[in-house]
This record gives sequence, structure tokens and C-alpha cells, in this order.
Amino acid sequence: MTHQTARQRSVASLFIFGLASAAALGAKPAAAADVNIYTSRQPDLIQPVLDAFTEKTGLSTATIFIDKGLEERIKAEGANSPADLIMTVDIGRLDAAKQAGVVQPVDSPVLDANIPEKFRDRADEWFALTTRARVVYASRERVDADAITYAELADPKWKGRLCTRSGQHQYNIALIAAYIAHYGEEAAREWVTGLRDNLARRPEGGDRDQAKAIYAGECDIALGNTYYVGKMATDELEPEQKEWAAAIRVVMPTFDNGRTHVNVSGVSLAKNAPHRENAVRLMEFLSGDTAQKIYAELNYEYPVEPGIETSDLVKSFGELDPDTLPLDEIARHRQKASEIVDEVDFDAGPQD
Amino acid sequence: MSALHPPRSLAARLSAGLRPGADGGYLIGAYCLVALVAMPCAALFWLALSGSSANWSHLWATILPEASLVTAELMVGVAVLTGTIGVVTAWLVASFDFPGRRFFSWALVLPLAVPTYIAAYCFVEFLHFAGPVQSALRAILGVRTSREYWFPDVRSLWGAVVILSLVLYPYVYLTTRMVFLMQGRKAADVARTLGASRAAVFAEVLLPLARPAIAVGVTLALMESVNDIGAVEFLGVRTLTFAVYSTWLNRNDLYGATQIALAMLVVIVALVTVERMARRRQRYTLGRADRPQPGSERLAGMPAGLAALACALPILLGFAIPLIVLADDALRRLDQLFEPALWRALTHTVAIASLTGGATVLAGFLMAYGVRLTGSRRLLLATRLAALGYAVPGTVLAIGILIPLAGLDNYVDAQMRAGFGVSTGLILSGSGVAIVYAGLVRFMAMGHGALESGFTKLSPHLDMASRTLGRTPGGTLAEVLFPLMRPALLTAFLLVFVEASKELSATILLRPFDFETLATFVYAQTSRAAFEDGAVAALMIVLVGILPVVILNRSILSETARS
Repeated sequence: MTHQTARQRSVASLFIFGLASAAALGAKPAAAADVNIYTSRQPDLIQPVLDAFTEKTGLSTATIFIDKGLEERIKAEGANSPADLIMTVDIGRLDAAKQAGVVQPVDSPVLDANIPEKFRDRADEWFALTTRARVVYASRERVDADAITYAELADPKWKGRLCTRSGQHQYNIALIAAYIAHYGEEAAREWVTGLRDNLARRPEGGDRDQAKAIYAGECDIALGNTYYVGKMATDELEPEQKEWAAAIRVVMPTFDNGRTHVNVSGVSLAKNAPHRENAVRLMEFLSGDTAQKIYAELNYEYPVEPGIETSDLVKSFGELDPDTLPLDEIARHRQKASEIVDEVDFDAGPQD
Repeated sequence: MSALHPPRSLAARLSAGLRPGADGGYLIGAYCLVALVAMPCAALFWLALSGSSANWSHLWATILPEASLVTAELMVGVAVLTGTIGVVTAWLVASFDFPGRRFFSWALVLPLAVPTYIAAYCFVEFLHFAGPVQSALRAILGVRTSREYWFPDVRSLWGAVVILSLVLYPYVYLTTRMVFLMQGRKAADVARTLGASRAAVFAEVLLPLARPAIAVGVTLALMESVNDIGAVEFLGVRTLTFAVYSTWLNRNDLYGATQIALAMLVVIVALVTVERMARRRQRYTLGRADRPQPGSERLAGMPAGLAALACALPILLGFAIPLIVLADDALRRLDQLFEPALWRALTHTVAIASLTGGATVLAGFLMAYGVRLTGSRRLLLATRLAALGYAVPGTVLAIGILIPLAGLDNYVDAQMRAGFGVSTGLILSGSGVAIVYAGLVRFMAMGHGALESGFTKLSPHLDMASRTLGRTPGGTLAEVLFPLMRPALLTAFLLVFVEASKELSATILLRPFDFETLATFVYAQTSRAAFEDGAVAALMIVLVGILPVVILNRSILSETARS
């Protein structure tokens, strides 16, 4: 390498470096919009709703998708946090934000009118926006049962036939926590042990992968959330997923009360929200007709607002009778649920 | 790349003969940088100690023994496999002439451009039930369901070992090849003249000679395996890092999670120390520099074919297969190329990676020069410890960054409000600065390592001559060492650039509003279980990595040529 080319090269790299720095520093400042949202919901899923809000009110929104450490970030940012709203999935995360003290109560007649009491925090610190049922995907070919209880899933007749994602996944944790709330810790431990012994393989992948496993013949029944079925059945870019969806039927499992476990997605007002008024407006919008319809039609979720119809596809799953167990009760048992999953070594799969 | 001992006597000779005490400023400066790099880990230690202790009895009674075992098995597997692939391919391209060697020589670095989480996805996609391999197998066997035949499950410990190794072996390849090219040739020639076989030369001469370099490469691969969450979670392998996340998120116990993460860090430090102690008494001198020339022993026939195959396989598996899987998904989504968001993400990625590379190299260079100038063993130890942030899971490290940075921001803001009535807000923690800082801490191991090894190749006599001729330490640095270190600086910059362009877990927690990099773009898609939608961006990450990786290869060769 001659001296000159070396110099040219370093000049060139300096130039690139300068350009890059300028680009990075030109990034938007922290507080970018009329409402700032920290979300652990997949951004594409909420964007249509946010766009509808902007169209209606003229207020802009900015989001950061953070799925781990959202509460810690707001806590560290303290009084200067730009976050107005926190949107999350899973009751566990809603409760964690509350427990971390990074949210504040909202007193809004609109929210109270739109969201049934069982889907609101008692202290008004979080509000559910949609629900999703944790149901059984059953093979159309190999399973006849039309009704099943959660307890029955541990029955030895399913030995080697059950598939699920990791027991430590928040959706399974919430289900096990609900089981604890219904039947107590000991019964739950036995149940999780029974589930483990029925597994066809080590828990892995996401909910869609369980449908795929049924399609592939690896198992006959699986645990999964309702909306994934809609997503798979309408996936134009990955048409093979339509085949997975076609291989399964949704069966609504029940507790002894005849009701099905549901989890929620929800919203909270951040403790130091700089745009409080706008943020509450967005919360109210999210609980209203327009947003609830978008959730139902595009995301295949169950709206919380009474009177809003689910999509036709979701209707085909059959009538959902959501569990009446208070959500904070489920949140309270999450830690124990997580410990049980470890204790019975659920994620190691079938033991023999 | 920090394999070689520092020239201990340099500083002693310099400061005794020239101006005693003149280097104090550099010592203090270097320690300040070390403090900057070590601060997030220090914050984590503080966090771990401040909260209630984790439910250790539950952890020990349940997951910890298993998770420790799995982590140990993963580490042993990755060490053996990256070591084997890296050393064998380095030996082949450095010692022999066979068809395709020139191509293999640079292409073997390419898998470095593939992030572990993307490699994991691609292999599962390639080998799962509906993938091309099993579909073909079913067609041949004439069966329909997976119950009718056996196929290995890639979502397993061995799957994780193989997949991680296939994209991490280039670290070992790069460090080892350099040694083989520089000194291996002469030593190998001598041994061959004395009648040793090819195998004996490899096992008894080259391998021991390359041990420090292998250790450095394998250490980097191990740290990346240990802190990985994306790939292991996807593959269902329950390592200690997995336990860190379940403790933190499902049991709402951040303190306990931090405690596990730091316990892992302590184990890594112990391993690195033991390895160094084990070869403390051995001397690895670079001696007079040879003009590095690849060996010219020509292979023909069967051996040549085998050598080409051995080099082609890692490239095929670690690079070509992921590329093909991604391209297959991406081709159905070419409309994404018209989304401005994707191009913004690309710009952000390049900007963040460049800034991180620049900042890391600058800090690493000053730290390494501080050691060279002062000869302080203590400083050397401190710089090496500071570089261990890489072994901490990224999201946890990000929390270690958030707490002090946001604390500082809030302090400054309060002062400004009180004094001048203006609010400065979150200047550091709310901007790209936090991401660059996180990258600097995470990838200092690569940057500093490359620079340290670059410095050891420059004779101390250069500094002495320069100082004797009246240059200050700063003048020596700027006018003598900096130009000579240019190849090492470029190497360090590119290594960090490639890593930073793949970085996900810290970026995701630290980025400002509406600020996506390619990696976070992919992750957002994956999180709703639709990885395919992120294929275009994933492909871009790999493509962004290719050019630096190719330049990196040339830069390392030219570095070798200079010394």
C-alpha cells in the first residue's frame, strides 16, 4: 500500500464517518409527537389504530417498540421521561408497570363507559383494550372432541399428543396462574406435570409453530391464542400457513365454571406523561368504536367494548365465554406459575 | 487479539531515561476511559447488591443446575467446533496451495456478517418439516407425516452449538491465520526440513504456536454465545441467559436476574484468567518480521479436493444457506424496498455502526497506548476487565447504561432548571448517544483486542527513537505510532462496525422514538411470529456486513504484511 492511497483511504473513511455522524445526530429528538407511546405490542398491529386517531384529531403519535425492560426504562428516565402512554400485551406486563410505579390513574367517564369493569384495574391504573382466548388447536383429522376442559388436557389419553410453546412464555404463565387461582397451587402443579407428560416434544417456537406441528403430524392438540389462527388463515405472503390453519380446529377449553381463559392487551398512562390531555384522548379513542372495530377486523382480537362484533373468522371459532376471574388475581399468581414451570421442568419436555 | 504481553520494560526505560512522571496524564486519561467503559457493569453490580437477593434456593433447586450444565455444554461445544473449523481452515489457506485458495481466503470470513438470531431462524426454516430438505426426504421415502421417519431436531443443544459455531468461527480463523502467515511459515519450513510430516508440523509446531491466537478467537465466540438470547430462545435451549430473562420478566425480579448475569460474568473472567495462567510461562515472540507469504506447498488430487471441500463447507453452511433462505423470503416481499422506513433503518444502522466503530477505536486506542506508554500492569488488567461487558446479555447491559445515563441527564436537567430556568431533558439517554455508548461497552473486547495486538507488533524501539529525538508522548503517538497503527485501527474499526450493525438487544431498549435500525426492524416483525416479513431487512443486515468483512480481511493481511 503506497503512502498516497493510504491517505486517500483515510480521507475517504473520515468523510464517511462524518456523513454517518450527521445522519445519526439528525435523528429526531426524544419527544417527537403530540402523544408518545412506549409499546411492547408489535408496532404494525397498533399503527392502523394510531393512524385513525391522527386522522380524526390531527394529533401526531410517536412510538418505541420495547418488549423487555419497558418499565425499567421509564423508571430510569424519571421526571423527564417523554413517555405518555404504555401499551402492552399480557396482564403480567400491565401489572408489572403498575407495580413498578411508572403509571398513574386515569379518571375518565368515557373509559368507564366503554370498558367493562372486569377489564379495568381497580385503581384505574391500566385499561384492557382487547382480549384473546388461550384455546386448544385440535387436529381436524385426528381429534373428534368438540368440548374439552383445561383440566382434561393433563389426562393420559393425550399422552404424546400435546404441543405448546415454552412454559415460561407469558401466555402460558398467565394460563397457569389462572389455574392456580381456580384450583390452588397443588392442583396446578399436578396439572402442569400432567401437561408435561402429555407433550409430544420439547416446548419450542411460537403459537403458529404449534399449528404447523399439528399439520406436520407431530402432535394432535396444542395450546394457542385465538388471533394467530386468523393471522395464519389470511397470510397471503406465506400461503403454506393457510394449510396449517386448515389443519386445525379451535376448541374453546373451559374451567369448571364453564368459561375460557382470556388474556388482554391494554394501555396505561405514564406517571410523568408530558402530554397528559392528549394521551387521555388517545386512550379514550382506543376504547371507542372506531379503534375497537379495527382491532377486531385486522387483528382478529375480541374487542372489550360491548356491542362491537368480532370478525367473521373469529365467530367461526364458536362462542367465547370469557372467564370471570379478576385479571389482577391472575397477575398475583404469575410468579408462582413461573416457579412451577421450573420445578416440574416443563420446558425439558416429556420425561421418558 | 490481546494475546501478547506488553513490552513491560518500555516505560521503565523511557521514563528513567527521559522525563520521569511525564506520563501521568496519560495514565489518568486511560483510567478515565476504563471507568467509562466499566460504568455500566459497575451500575449492574450496584443494582444486584441493592435489591433483595434472588430466590436462590428456588433457582438452585430447579433451573440453575440444568441451565449451568447446558451453558457449559454449549460453551464446550462452541469452543471445540469454532476452534476446529477456524484452525483447520486457517491452516489450509495459510500453508497450502490448492484450487480456490484465494477465494476461500476471504470468503471464509463472510459468515461473520450473519447475526446469530438470523442464522438460527434460517436453519430452522431450512431443516424444518416443510423446508426443502425434509420435503425432498419425504418425496424420496414416499411418506407424509413426521411420525413416519426420523430427522434430527435442529431446535436442540447440538443445533445451537452447530449454528452458533458456523457464524462465529471466523474470529478464530482471523486470529489464527495471522499467526500462521507471520511466523508459522518459517517454523514449519524448519520442521519440514528436519523431516517432520505435514500432520506433525501442524500438531507439534503450528498449533502450540497459535495457542494464544486461538484462545483469543475462541473467547470472543464464547462471550457471544453466552450473552446470546435471540438464537438460544428460538432454538429452545435453556441457558443461564434464558434463566436471566425468565427471572426478570416472569418473576419480576430484576435484582435476581442481574445477580445471575454477574455470576456468569465472574465465571467468564475466571476461565479467561485460568487460560492465561496456563500459558504464562510460555513465551510467544513474534521475532523478526517475515514477509508473510502463504505457504506454497502445492496440493493435488485427493488432498487438494479435500482441502477445498473443508474450506467450502463452512462458507456454504454459515453464509450461503442463510443467504438463500433469506433471499427466498425476501423475493416475495420486494415491495418493502419502496418503504422509506426500511431505508431510514439502513441509514440508522450504518450511522450507528460507524459512530460506534469510531468511538470504540478511539477509546481503545488511547487505552492501549496508555498501557504501552506507562507499562502499568494494573492499567493493563483494568483495560482487559473493562472489555468484558461483551459477556453480559445485551438487554441487561442496556439497563446498566440507562440508569447512570438517565441519572446524569436528570441531574443536569435539574441544575439547568434551577440555575437558568431551562430544561435540557434527556440529552444522552434519550438519543443515539446511548446506543453508541452501549456498542462501545459491548464491543470494546474486539476493538481493544485488535489494537493491543497491533501495538505489540510495533517495536518499542520506535517509541524510544522518537522520544530521544525530542518528540513528546503525544507527538510520538500522532506522528509515529498513529500512521504505523493505521491497519490495526482499520481492523478494529471494521470488527466493531460489523458487530454493531448486527446489534439488537441493547439497541431495542435504548433507541429514541421512531428510530429503527435494520436489526430492530427485523425484531419487530419477528415478535409477532412472522419472521418472513423481516427477511428483506435481515438480508440487508447481511449485505451491510459483507463489504466491511471483505475489507477487514484485506486490512488484516496488510497489517500482517507491515510488521
